[in-house]
Amino acid sequence: MTIAYTRQDFQSDQEVRWCPGCGDYTILASVQLFMADAGIPKENVVFVSGIGCAARFPYYMETFGMHSVHGRAPAIATGIAAARPELSVWVVSGDGDALSIGGNHLIHALRRNVNIKILLFNNQIYGLTKGQYSPTSEAGKRTKSSPMGSLDHPFNPVSLALGAEATFVARTLDMDRTHTIEMLTAAHQHQGSAFIEIYQNCNVFNDKAFIELTAKESRDENQIRLVQGEKVLFDGGKKGVALEEGRAFIVDVEQYGEDVVHTHDATVDDPATAFALSRLAHGPHGPTPLGIFRNVERPAYDDDMERQIADATEAKGPGDLASVLRTNATWTVD
Amino acid sequence: MAITQDSAPPISDRERRQRVVIRFAGDSGDGMQLAGARFTDASAAFGNDLATLPNFPAEIRAPAGTLAGVSAFQIHIAGGDILTPGDAPDVLVAMNPAALKKNLDDVMPGGVIVINTDSFEERNLAKAGYETDPREDGTLDGYNVLAAPMDELTKEAVKDSGVQGREVLRSKNFFALGALAWMFDRPQETTLDWVAEKFAAKPEVLAANTAAFKAGYNYGITTEAFAHSTFEVPAADLPPGEYTNVVGNQTIAWGLIAGAQAAGIPLFYASYPITPASDVLHELARHKNFGIKTFQAEDEIAAVGLALGAAFVGHLGVTGTSGPGVALKSETISLALMAELPLIILNVQRGGPSTGLPTKTEQSDLMMSIHGRHGDAPLPVIAASSPGDAFDAAIEACRIAIKYMTPVILLSDGYIGTSSEPWLLPDSANLPSFPTSFATHIEGKEFMPYLRDPETLARPWAVPGTPGLEHRVGGLEKDQLTGDVSYDPINHEVMTLLREQKVAAVANDIPDIEVEDDADAELLVVGWGSTYSATRAGVNNTRLEGYKVAHIHLRHLHPFANNLGEVLARYPKVLVPELNRGQLSRLLRAEFLVPAISFSKVQGLPFKAAEIKDKIIETLEMP
Repeated sequence: MTIAYTRQDFQSDQEVRWCPGCGDYTILASVQLFMADAGIPKENVVFVSGIGCAARFPYYMETFGMHSVHGRAPAIATGIAAARPELSVWVVSGDGDALSIGGNHLIHALRRNVNIKILLFNNQIYGLTKGQYSPTSEAGKRTKSSPMGSLDHPFNPVSLALGAEATFVARTLDMDRTHTIEMLTAAHQHQGSAFIEIYQNCNVFNDKAFIELTAKESRDENQIRLVQGEKVLFDGGKKGVALEEGRAFIVDVEQYGEDVVHTHDATVDDPATAFALSRLAHGPHGPTPLGIFRNVERPAYDDDMERQIADATEAKGPGDLASVLRTNATWTVD
Repeated sequence: MAITQDSAPPISDRERRQRVVIRFAGDSGDGMQLAGARFTDASAAFGNDLATLPNFPAEIRAPAGTLAGVSAFQIHIAGGDILTPGDAPDVLVAMNPAALKKNLDDVMPGGVIVINTDSFEERNLAKAGYETDPREDGTLDGYNVLAAPMDELTKEAVKDSGVQGREVLRSKNFFALGALAWMFDRPQETTLDWVAEKFAAKPEVLAANTAAFKAGYNYGITTEAFAHSTFEVPAADLPPGEYTNVVGNQTIAWGLIAGAQAAGIPLFYASYPITPASDVLHELARHKNFGIKTFQAEDEIAAVGLALGAAFVGHLGVTGTSGPGVALKSETISLALMAELPLIILNVQRGGPSTGLPTKTEQSDLMMSIHGRHGDAPLPVIAASSPGDAFDAAIEACRIAIKYMTPVILLSDGYIGTSSEPWLLPDSANLPSFPTSFATHIEGKEFMPYLRDPETLARPWAVPGTPGLEHRVGGLEKDQLTGDVSYDPINHEVMTLLREQKVAAVANDIPDIEVEDDADAELLVVGWGSTYSATRAGVNNTRLEGYKVAHIHLRHLHPFANNLGEVLARYPKVLVPELNRGQLSRLLRAEFLVPAISFSKVQGLPFKAAEIKDKIIETLEMP
C-alpha cells in the first residue's frame, strides 16, 4: 500500500538543533523526502539512534523512534526488527557511535542480515564532545586529544561492512540529495541489513573533510560513481577503474581504451570485487567510489526466525503450557 | 550367579530411615551429575520428598584424577518435610581417590562409603595427595566401606554391547547407580526407560548402560556387604496433587512463558551464554511453538538492547544473565528506566566479584540490583526462593514490569538454578491473568507519551503500528507530559521523584509480610532468595529444641512490603542469614534503623540447616 505523504508529514514538532551549516540538515531533508516518496505507513517506521550529533535524528522524524545508548542502536534495532519484521527499521549513527563504541553490534547486525537499514553519518570527528579524533580520522590528525597527531589507523567503513559480509553496502554524500535518496530507496528495497556510509560535513570541528569530493573544481576527478551494469568511468570518461589480480586501480582511458575498464555488478555474491573497489580510497582523498558496492540476496534473519516458529508450531502444534510443565516425569500423591 | 532375580528382598530386611543424604562424587568425566539426576528421578518416582545440590568444578575438564576435577551431586531423600539437600552425607559414592579425599570429611560418622577399588592404584592415589592407601591406613575406620571393582565389573557387563575402547568405562556410573538403586529400593524402570529413550539413536550405548546398570543392581543383591546395607526410606506424605521434579532454571523459564501468556503478548528472550544462566536460554529455545523468540546475542549489552527493542514494539522483553552480565547491561537498564518501558533482567547470581566462582552460588548482587546504576534509578527487585518458587517469582516480575512500565530485576542464583525439588504442579486454569492494554488512540488533542495513570503512575505503552501515536523515547530527560527533551531544572526534579514514586507505589500492590512460627519470639530470622530452605529447616530444628523463633522470608527486595518496618520493630533481635557480606542486613539497618545482625557465608555453597540453627541459638543466648 502506498500512501501519499509530503515531507512535512515526517517533520516532528521539535526544533532542529544542529549547528548552522551542518551536513545533518541535508541528510534529514533527504530522508524525509525519501520517506514521503516511499509511502511506508509512518506508524510502521522506527528510527533508532545511539549517542552523538547524528543521534538526535529520531527526535526530528514524525515516526516512532528511540534515542538510545551510545553504540547500541544496531542491537536495539535488531530487537525491534526481530520482534516485528513488518516494521521499517532505520538506524542513524555516526563514526564514533557505529565504529568505536558500537563496532561490535554493527558487524554482528550486518553478518546476521537482520532487516535494518543503517545510516552512518561519517564526519571523521567527534562533534558532540567537541572535536576529538574518531575511528575514521586520518592518522596524524591533530585534535584536542591528539595534540601531536593521532596514532590511530582509521577504519574504511565500506571495507569493514564488506568484511562483515553485509549484503547491501553503499556510500553517498550529504550534499547530493538525489544520490542519497537513490541509495535510501535501494536500501529500503533490499531484504536484510543495509549499510550506507554518508560523508557528512562537520563545519565546526572538521570542516571541508570531503572538499575534494564536493568542490566544483575537483569533484569530477574525485567522484567515482558506481552504477549497476555500467563501466566504472569518471572524470568525464577520461579515467576508469580496472581490476587485475583482485586489485582495483585507476587507468587512463585515453591511453588504454574502455575495454580494460571494469563493468560494475553489485550483485556478485563474492564480496572480493566490492572490497577491491572500496580500497581505491582510504578516506575521502583522491578518486573515491560512491554508490552501491554490494547488493546481494540472502535470507533475512527476522524472516528465518519467523519461519522457525512456524515450523515448530507445525511440527509440535501451538504451545501448551500444561504439557511443558510435565516435561519431566510426574507422579501423583493421593 | 547364585541369585538372578532383580527384585528387592522383603522390606523387613531393610534398615528403615526417615531421611538419607547421598553424595555421588567422582572425576568430572565419571558422569556423576548424570548418575545423581537419574537417582533423583527414580526417587521422585518412588515418592520420596527430596532436594538436590549439584557441585561441579568450573573448569571444563580439570586433569583427570585430581582434586580440582572432582564433581559431586548430593541428594536428600526423605519420608517428608524436606527442605535442604542435607548437611552431611550418610552415603558417599567415591569413584576415585580424589573424590574420597575431597568429600570424606563431610560424611556422617559411621556413614556408608561406596568406592570403586579399581581406581585406587598408585597414580591416582598420588594425584589425590594420598601417601598411603586410605583403605589400608585406617583413614576409613569407623565407616561402612562397600568396595567394588567397578571398572572390571563394568567391562565384563558391557562386553557384548558393542561399545569399544574408551567408551567401555563410560558406563561405570550406571554400574554405581545400579548398586545404589538396589541399596535404596529404587524402581529400575525409571532409569532403564530413560536410558532407552536417551540413547535410542545409539543402540550400543543403550545396551552398555542398561547392562552396567543391571550388573550394578545384581552386584548389590549378590554381594554380602551390599546386601546388608539396604535402606527403606518411606514415600513422603505430601499434599495431594500431581508432582514433578524441577530445577530452577527450568521453572523460571516456564514462569516467563506463563507471564507472557498472562499478559497476552509474545515473549522475546535475548541472552548471551553465561554460567549458570544459560539453561534458561536453552529451555526457552525449545519452545518456539509458543511463538517465543529467543536470541543468542553477540554480547551482554546487545542482549539487553535486543530485549529493550522488543519491549518498545510490544513484546515481553527479557534478558537473562549472571552478575558480570548485569554489570555490562546497566547502562541500557537505565535507558529502560528512563524510557519507562517494561523489561525483565534475570540475574542467576554466582560467586563474585569479577569471574569469581561461576559454578557456585552466592547472593552478592543484591546491592547491585538495587543501587547499581548511574543516577537516581530505582527499579523493582524480586527474588525467587526455591526452584518451585522461581515459577511464581517470574510471573510476578512480568506482572509488575508491565503494570508499572518499568524494568524489573528478577533474582535467582546458581543454587536455585541448578538444584531440584519436587514441585506441586500449578493448575493451568488458575494461573494469573493480567492482559496488557496498549494505547490505541489519542486522548485529547495530541498524544502525551508521559501522561501517567493516576494510580500506578505508569505511562501508556504505545507501540509501532498504531497510527497517530508516533512518538520518540530516549535517554535524555523528558518533559513530564509531552515526553519531549527537556533541560528544565524543575522538570528534572519532578521526573526523578515521579520515577521514584512509581516504583515505591509497587509496595501497595504486594502482600504484607506474614510472620511464620512464634510471633512472640525474641528473635526474628529474615531471609531472602535461595536461603529459604536452609533457614526454614534451621528455624524448625531450633524450635524442636524448645526455643521460640519467628521467621519471615522476603520476595520483594525493592520496594519492601509496606509492613516490613513494623514487623522488624516488634523483635528485639533480628538475624539476617545471607550468602554475601550482609547486604540485606545493611539495607534493613539503613531503611528501618533496626540493629539487624548479619549472618554471612561466602563459600560458594548454600547454608546448612545446622549452621542456621547454631547461629540462632548463639544469637538468642547473647546478652
